[in-house]
Amino acid sequence: MSAVTTPITAPTTTHDGATEHHYLNHSSGFLSWALTLDHKRIGMMYLAGILFAFFLGGVFALAIRIHLWNPNQDPDAAWLTNATYNRVFTLHGAIMVFLFIIPSIPAALGNFLLPIMLGTKDVAFPRLNLGSFYLWITGLIFFAYTLFSTQIDTGWTFYTPYSIEAKSAVEAATLGVFILGFSSIFTGLNFIVTINTMRPPGMSWFKMPLFLWALYATSIIQVLATPVLGITVLLLALERTFGIGIFDPSLNGDPVTFQHFFWFYSHPAVYIMILPAMGIISELMSVHSHKGIFGYRMIAYSSIAIALFGFLVWGHHMFTSGMADVTTIVFSALTFTVSIPSAIKVFNWLGTMYQGTVALNTPMIYALAFIFLFTIGGLTGLFLGALATDMHLHDTYFVVAHFHYVMMGGTLVAFLGGLFHWWPKMTGKMFNDPMGIVSAAIVFVGFNLTFLPQFVLGTRGMPRRYASYVPEFQSLHQLSTVGACILGFGLLVAGLVLLHSLFYGKKAPMNPWGGATLEWECSSPPPHDNFSHPPAVGDPYDFANVEYDGKTGGYYKKKK
Amino acid sequence: MGRCAFQDPISENMTEVAAHTDGHDHGHHDHPSWLAHHFDDAEQQFDSGKLGMWLFLVTEILFFSGMFCAYVLYRNRNPEVFEFCSAFLNEKLGAINTGVLLFSSLTMAWAVRASQLKQHKLLVGMLGATLGCAAIFLGVKSVEYTHKWSLGLLPGRMYVAQMENGYHSDVDYLTPLCIAPAVLTVLFALYYVYSLVIASKFHQRVAGPLLVAGLCFFGGIYLGQFIEGGEHHGDSHGAHADAGHGEHASHDEEHAKEAGSETPAPAEASAASSDTGVALVSTSSGPLHDVAVDPKEAAIPNAEVNNQGMAGLFFSIYYCMTGVHAVHIIGGMLVISWLIVKAAREEFHSKYYGPVDNVGLYWHLVDFIWIYLFPLLYLIT
Ligand code: HEM
Ligand SMILES: [Cu+2]
Repeated sequence: MSAVTTPITAPTTTHDGATEHHYLNHSSGFLSWALTLDHKRIGMMYLAGILFAFFLGGVFALAIRIHLWNPNQDPDAAWLTNATYNRVFTLHGAIMVFLFIIPSIPAALGNFLLPIMLGTKDVAFPRLNLGSFYLWITGLIFFAYTLFSTQIDTGWTFYTPYSIEAKSAVEAATLGVFILGFSSIFTGLNFIVTINTMRPPGMSWFKMPLFLWALYATSIIQVLATPVLGITVLLLALERTFGIGIFDPSLNGDPVTFQHFFWFYSHPAVYIMILPAMGIISELMSVHSHKGIFGYRMIAYSSIAIALFGFLVWGHHMFTSGMADVTTIVFSALTFTVSIPSAIKVFNWLGTMYQGTVALNTPMIYALAFIFLFTIGGLTGLFLGALATDMHLHDTYFVVAHFHYVMMGGTLVAFLGGLFHWWPKMTGKMFNDPMGIVSAAIVFVGFNLTFLPQFVLGTRGMPRRYASYVPEFQSLHQLSTVGACILGFGLLVAGLVLLHSLFYGKKAPMNPWGGATLEWECSSPPPHDNFSHPPAVGDPYDFANVEYDGKTGGYYKKKK
Repeated sequence: MGRCAFQDPISENMTEVAAHTDGHDHGHHDHPSWLAHHFDDAEQQFDSGKLGMWLFLVTEILFFSGMFCAYVLYRNRNPEVFEFCSAFLNEKLGAINTGVLLFSSLTMAWAVRASQLKQHKLLVGMLGATLGCAAIFLGVKSVEYTHKWSLGLLPGRMYVAQMENGYHSDVDYLTPLCIAPAVLTVLFALYYVYSLVIASKFHQRVAGPLLVAGLCFFGGIYLGQFIEGGEHHGDSHGAHADAGHGEHASHDEEHAKEAGSETPAPAEASAASSDTGVALVSTSSGPLHDVAVDPKEAAIPNAEVNNQGMAGLFFSIYYCMTGVHAVHIIGGMLVISWLIVKAAREEFHSKYYGPVDNVGLYWHLVDFIWIYLFPLLYLIT
C-alpha cells in the first residue's frame, strides 16, 4: 500500500483498479475512513452525510406539499394535524439549511477540490478538518434527537418569544445549531489559511480558479458571521434553561434583538449558500464553453464584495418587526446595492458563453438551469427589498418562492452541476450523459412548476407556514404539489444516474471535459497525495493548448 | 526549494512514517517529525498555524460581541439598573483577578521566549505559572459566584429581589463546586508522588505544575473568602458581638475549607439581614459601613430596578459574559496543560514553537476580554 503513484496516462477502458493506486484504495477498512486525515475522503464522507440530510429534508418537503393538496379548512379531516404540520415545516427548513445547504458545497466539493486545485497535498489543518466533520455528525445527532423526542415547531428561525415558551426540544435543536456552526467555522478557517499560505509558487491571487475565490469569500463569511449565530442560540438555550430574560419581553428583554442577532448571521449565511454555487458556475461555464472566463477579475472582486456587503443588509428581514423608519430605508437601499455584484456575475457568465464552443452535457445543462433560476430568484429579491412591496409580501408564499429559487434553483442546482462535473474525478467513473441531461430537464420543469405558482399565491395573500388555506388557492397549491413530485422524481433520476455509474460506468479519463485547472492534471480518482510531481501552474482559463484525445476519450494539455 | 516536497511520494501520516520513510530518500530535505507531511517547510507550517489562530481569535471576539451588544443595548436603556447592580460586585476581587490575569500574560509571553531559546525548564515553569494564575482566577471567581448565589443575586427569572431583611440561602454552593478541583488536585498529588517514586524527570515536570495549579485554585478560594468574608466580618462585629461570627473571624482557615459557612443559622436572622444590607452599600463607600449597622437604616433597594426584569437582566448579562469567559479560561488551561506535556518532552526549539506562540495569543485574548469585562461590569458608579 505504498503511496507511490504512477500518473495514470495509460489509455485503458477496462477496469484496472488492481494496479492503480488512488485515494480510494490507498488503505481499507472502516477505521481508514473514520480516522482519515485525507481531505478527499473527508469530502466524500461529507458528501454522503449531506446527501442523507438532503433526503431527510426532502421527505419532509414532500409531506408538506402532500398535506397542502387540500385546503384543510377542517383541521380534523386534514392529513396532518396542525401541530404536526408545524413540526414538519420546521424540520424541513432546519435540516435543509443547517445540515444540508450550508455544508453542501464547501464541505463536500470544497474539501475534495480545494487542495487539489491549489496543487497541495492537503488542507492546512487536516485534523481540524476531520474534527469539523465529527462536529457535523454530532450536530446531526442533536437534530435527530429533536426529531424523535418532542420535536421543534418554531420554524428554522427560532424567533423569540415563541421559542422561549414552546414546549419542545428547542434546547437540543439550538445546541445542534451551535455545534454545526463551529463545524462550519472550522471549515472556513481551514480554507482561508490553506489558500493564504499554501498556494504554489506561480499561483498569484489572480491565477486562482474562481471556485477558490468563491470558497475564500464564503470562508470569510463563515468565520465572521457564524460566531454571532453561536452566541445567539447559546443565549436562547440559556433563556430556556435559566430564564435569563435577554430576549424575553416578560422580563424586559427584547425579542427583536434576537431577530437582529439571528439575521446578522442568517443573511450573510445565504451568501454562504450561494457564493460557492456561483464559484461552481464560473468553472462550469468556462470549461464547457471551452473558452476563457469573461471578466475574471470582476467575478473575483464581486465575490469579495458580496461577502462584505452581505453583512450590511440583515435588516431587510425585519421591515415589519418594528424598526425606526430611517433604519428601514437604509437597509432597503443597501439591499439594492448588494444585488449589483450578483448581476455582474450573471453578465459575465453570459459573456463567457458568447462565441464559445458550448458543450451541452449534464453539468452545463445544470449550469444553464442555474442561471435562469437564480436570475428569477435574485430579481424577486428586489421586490422584497423594496419597502412598500415588502409590507405586502412579507411572510407570504412570495418569500417562500423567492428563497427557493435562490437556494434550491441556485445552490442545489449548482451543487448538482458541480457534482456531475467533478464526479469522474471523485469516483473515477463516467456517468450516462444523456440520462444526466434528462434528470436536469425533469428537475428544471418540476422546480418551476413547484415554485412559480407560489409567487402567484404570495401576491394574492397566501401566508407562509399555514396548514390550511381558502379554497380559491387550491388549484395553485395543487400545481405546486404536482411540481414537487416531478422535482422529487428528477432528483431520483439524477441520483440513479450517479449510482449506476459507480457500478457500470466507464473508467474516467484524467480530464474528461477539457478543464485547465489543476485538478484535471492528476489522475481520476486522484492518488493519495494528489500529485506525484509538482504541477506547473498556468492560467486556469487558458484552453489554447488543451487538446482532445480520441483514444482516452479525454483531454490533455499539449506541452509547449 | 520550497516545492520539492511534491516529489516526495512518501506519506508521512504519523502511523505510516515508520513503514515508509526508509528507501525513498531522494536526497531532498527530509521532513522532521515536527513538520506535518503536507507542509513544505517550517515557515509555512508556522505561518499557517499563526494565521489560523488569528482567525480563531476573530471568531472569539465576534462570539463575545453578541454579548457586548446586549450589554450596550440594555445599559443604554436602563443605566440606573447597571449602577444599582454593579454595587453588588466586589471590585476588590475583580481587581485582584485582573492583576492575576495580567501577570499570567507576562508569564505566558515569557514562556514563548523560553520555547524559542530551548530553555525547557524555564518553559515548563512559565507555563506552570500561567496555569497557576488561571487556577487562582477561577478560585476567586468561584467565591464571587457562590457568594452571589447565596444572596439570591441570580440571572433573570431566578433573581431574588434584595429586601430589607435580606435573603440568604442556606444552600452551600461552594463545596460542590470544589469537588471536581479537589479530586483533580488529589490525583495530581498522587501523580506527583508516583513520578517521584519512579524518578522520571518527564513525569515530574508534568505533575509538578499540575499539582501547583490544583493548589492554586484553593489558594484562590481562600483569597476570595478572605476578602469577601473580611469585609463582612468587620461589619458584623460592629453590629453584633455575635459569638458565632467572632469565631469565624478568628478561624479563617477553617472558614475557607468550610465553604459557604458564613450562612448564618436561622436564629441569626438579624445578623443575616445586616450582612445583606452591608453588601448593598459596602462597595459604595467606607464610612457608610457604620451607618449600615442598623439593618433598617440600610439603603432600601430601589423597587423600580430591584426586580427580575431589571436587576435580573443585569445579572444575566454578568453571568453570561463572565461565565463564557471562565469557560475560555478552562479551555486555555487544558491547552496549556497539553503544552506542558510537550515542553516536558523538550519538543520546542527555535524552528518549532508555533503551538506555544499560538496558545499564547489565545491566552492574551482571554486576558484582553477580561480587561474589558472588569470595568464594564465592576466599575460602574
Ligand atoms: C439577489 C439578491 C437578493 C435580494 C435582494 C434578497 C432579498 C430578500 C429579502 C428582502 C428577503 C426578506 C423577505 C421577507 O421576509 O419579507 C429575503 C428573504 C430570504 N432570502 Fe433573499 N435576497 C437575495 C438573494 C438571496 C439568496 C442568494 C439567498 C440564498 C441562497 C436568499 C435566501 C433568502 C431566504 C432563505 C429568505 C427567507 C428567510 C425566512 O424568512 O425564512 N436570498 N430575501
Ligand atoms: Cu437576507
